[in-house]
Amino acid sequence: MADYIIRDSYPVQTAAYESAGDASARIKRKLKQLGIDSAILRRIAVASYEAELNLIIHSHGGELIMEMTPKSIVLISKDVGPGIADISQALKEGYSTASEEARDLGFGAGMGLPNMKRNADSFDITSEVGVGTTIQMGFQIA
Amino acid sequence: MKVVDLMHLLEAENLTKEVSLEGEVTCGYSCDLLSWVLAHGKQGMGWATVQSHVNVIAVSVLMEMACVILVEGVEPEDATLAKALEEGMPILSTEKTAYEVCGIMCKAGVAVPGR
Repeated sequence: MADYIIRDSYPVQTAAYESAGDASARIKRKLKQLGIDSAILRRIAVASYEAELNLIIHSHGGELIMEMTPKSIVLISKDVGPGIADISQALKEGYSTASEEARDLGFGAGMGLPNMKRNADSFDITSEVGVGTTIQMGFQIA
Repeated sequence: MKVVDLMHLLEAENLTKEVSLEGEVTCGYSCDLLSWVLAHGKQGMGWATVQSHVNVIAVSVLMEMACVILVEGVEPEDATLAKALEEGMPILSTEKTAYEVCGIMCKAGVAVPGR
């Protein structure tokens, strides 16, 4: 049996810049209703927005999944490609492969993954080129 | 100070008339790289920028900022304004540069955000 008590999935589409942040706002709203501490909530919101942006900027499409257990919130970002060849490089601050379009909007500073890592209590990323990337972030709530 | 006080201080125009300007501005900032703002933005921030697209509102709302200050007469896109009204995020518009805005905020005692 799964150990989560709530599990929501929010699809995120490639290049959907206009609606960037919608999924994160929905996650934040839901967690606020559930009474999550506001400091933790802000960390979750930043991490989920960064993940959402990455899906929009880099992926062929994917989803954000929010799971709540009695002790933690788990955010999962899952996409269907293109995958990251060198994860350690992608994790470096300032390194970015964002498109010109994304940079014009003020994204692509190479802060996404480091920012997720900094805000989450646990951070795990796996990726396979041609298959996809999965990021799992944990936030302790109790 | 409140957003409304900052508006007067900056001689700025309130572009979001239906939104309350009673929120407290607890720190000030200027940056146009949204990714950077996501890493360094704070709650209660008065954020000066030339970025006018809708993602500015997503960022400011997620960071629970006090207001967005569009500098040098930059006009928000329609979607930005609509989103700001929907989310209750004040947008102030000023002809001043970000440099001037920050100078005024600093002089008025608006804090530098803690790291």
